[in-house]
Amino acid sequence: MFELLGIPPQVLLGQLLIGLINGSFYAVLSLGLAVIFGLLNIINFAHGAQYMMGAFVAWMLLNYGGIGYWPALLLAPVIVGIIGIALERVLIARLYKLDHLYGLLLTFGLALIIQGLFRNYYGVSGLPYQIPSALQGGQNLGFMFLPNYRGWVIVASVIVCFGTWFMIEKTRLGANLRAATENPELVGAFGINVPRMITLTYGFGVALAAFAGVLAAPIYSVNPNMGADLIIVVFAVVVIGGMGSIMGSILTGFGLGVIEGLTRVFYPEGSAVVIFVIMAIVLMIKPEGLFGKSA
Amino acid sequence: MSTNENTNTATPAMNRSVGMPGHMKIIFVVLLAVLIALPFMVYPVFAMKVMCFALFACAFNLLLGFGGLLSFGHAAYFGMASYVCAHAAKVWGLTPELAILAGTVTAALLGLLIGSLAIRRQGIYFAMVTLAFAQMVYFFALQAEFTGGEDGIQTVPRNDLLGLFPMGDDIVFYFFVLFVTFGGILFIYRITHSPFGQVLKAIRENEPRAISLGYHVNRYKLTVFVLSATFAGLAGATKSQVFHLASLTDVHWSMSGEVVLMTLLGGMGTVLGPIVGAVIVVTMQNYLAYLGAWVTVIQGCIFVIGVLMFREGIIGVLSKIFKKPL
Repeated sequence: MFELLGIPPQVLLGQLLIGLINGSFYAVLSLGLAVIFGLLNIINFAHGAQYMMGAFVAWMLLNYGGIGYWPALLLAPVIVGIIGIALERVLIARLYKLDHLYGLLLTFGLALIIQGLFRNYYGVSGLPYQIPSALQGGQNLGFMFLPNYRGWVIVASVIVCFGTWFMIEKTRLGANLRAATENPELVGAFGINVPRMITLTYGFGVALAAFAGVLAAPIYSVNPNMGADLIIVVFAVVVIGGMGSIMGSILTGFGLGVIEGLTRVFYPEGSAVVIFVIMAIVLMIKPEGLFGKSA
Repeated sequence: MSTNENTNTATPAMNRSVGMPGHMKIIFVVLLAVLIALPFMVYPVFAMKVMCFALFACAFNLLLGFGGLLSFGHAAYFGMASYVCAHAAKVWGLTPELAILAGTVTAALLGLLIGSLAIRRQGIYFAMVTLAFAQMVYFFALQAEFTGGEDGIQTVPRNDLLGLFPMGDDIVFYFFVLFVTFGGILFIYRITHSPFGQVLKAIRENEPRAISLGYHVNRYKLTVFVLSATFAGLAGATKSQVFHLASLTDVHWSMSGEVVLMTLLGGMGTVLGPIVGAVIVVTMQNYLAYLGAWVTVIQGCIFVIGVLMFREGIIGVLSKIFKKPL
């Protein structure tokens, strides 16, 4: 077997795999943030909490309802998405005429409430969630061992990301959505119910976060704090990519996950901060972000 | 954020009479009198904690309320200053005033570094960038040798002030903290009511117009950012001397959130709002500590209610009632 800079390929590819998995979560979460930001012009600070809710709802469905992983993969995002829609209707919709920063403060408050409630009832030690039986075990690829579930996480994220991209960029519904992002008044004048579209978009963005949460449940333990630190890294990902483009969010998410994985091989101490360092460099060279529109 | 025009309309009148308007003089004198009597009525360490957080919130309000910049990473300056001050007092054996100075200078430099990058983006992005950099500082504090990781820096000594006066007694040290924090708050008041503060307001209200008038907007933004980080550092450094401790709590993002909460609750862009907000939030944490994670839920509820129905904050509402900027 070849060695690269004295690092055995198993280590390199193993970290690359972990990087791709982290990148999957970055991509799905930053995609949700970008979709919400495009239409609502707010940054959804509760995104991390909603990701955590996705994992918890899957855990609850299993432990209280006996509903397994596969139905939960669909049900949990729907349930959390409906909760998101209720929050948008009751609370967030009141802020659209105000400075966008109030949306950030409101959703930050929501994140504190959600995380605090889950911490009260479930503690912070984390709850286990079994890998579904169909995806246990792994494949020996000759040069490395690939656990089936991890492979599935990457495949599922790629499908969801590109499905979302297709829906927004290539369908009629997506065309309406993009038009409403540019000029909501005009789209409303064409007889399209823009407020309903905004509500459903928020629900969809939240459902994406919950979907990522269900995917994460068997890998990381289900924990009230699982989204809190992740969302800050995702914010950095969003700043690096810029929120102007759907494909940009996806590519930045996966790309930064891989870079983080490689950093863990070559300079382990830097792996926690490499994304923030990249953010600093991007701010110096191209402040609007790699895929962002200027200003 | 421009919800506090009502509190600013009176500024031209204030500029006509040189110095502080009469009602503010009275308020500050009464406040000072109360603070002098306070350590004999409540536990002095608690009083010092409130004062450090009041200075922290005023520093934050300098940036948000007067500069219009929402930083979500002020824990970075507060926390790093507290670490450096604790290290200086414990390892280098510096006297309190020098240790606090070391922490404050560190916060200023960190503010210069992060601020010069963060002001390249505006609004929501600015908030995300400052939050992300603060998280980077948090990871640094978690991994670096001198911060002691999860343990923090414990049993930090309180050396003799100026090498002469022992500071071990909490009541004695209280008056030093009073001098530092009250002085800091007055200094911030002076900044906001200077020509520099007026330019800041102009930039907050209409940035393109300020640019067209020939102001170097970014230079003003960076200056106010560094000043805000410096006073946040002064508060953090002083706090580590009060508690003999610097820990990860001080650099965590939840600390950044708390200072936003204090300012929002008290009233952003007001002089007294952050002080009132700090008193309420710290008192609440102290007396509701037995509720555990419910405190987080309550804080979240205050955020939601504050943003939806109460954007002017307590002092903002009062200043409307009395028709005077407070």
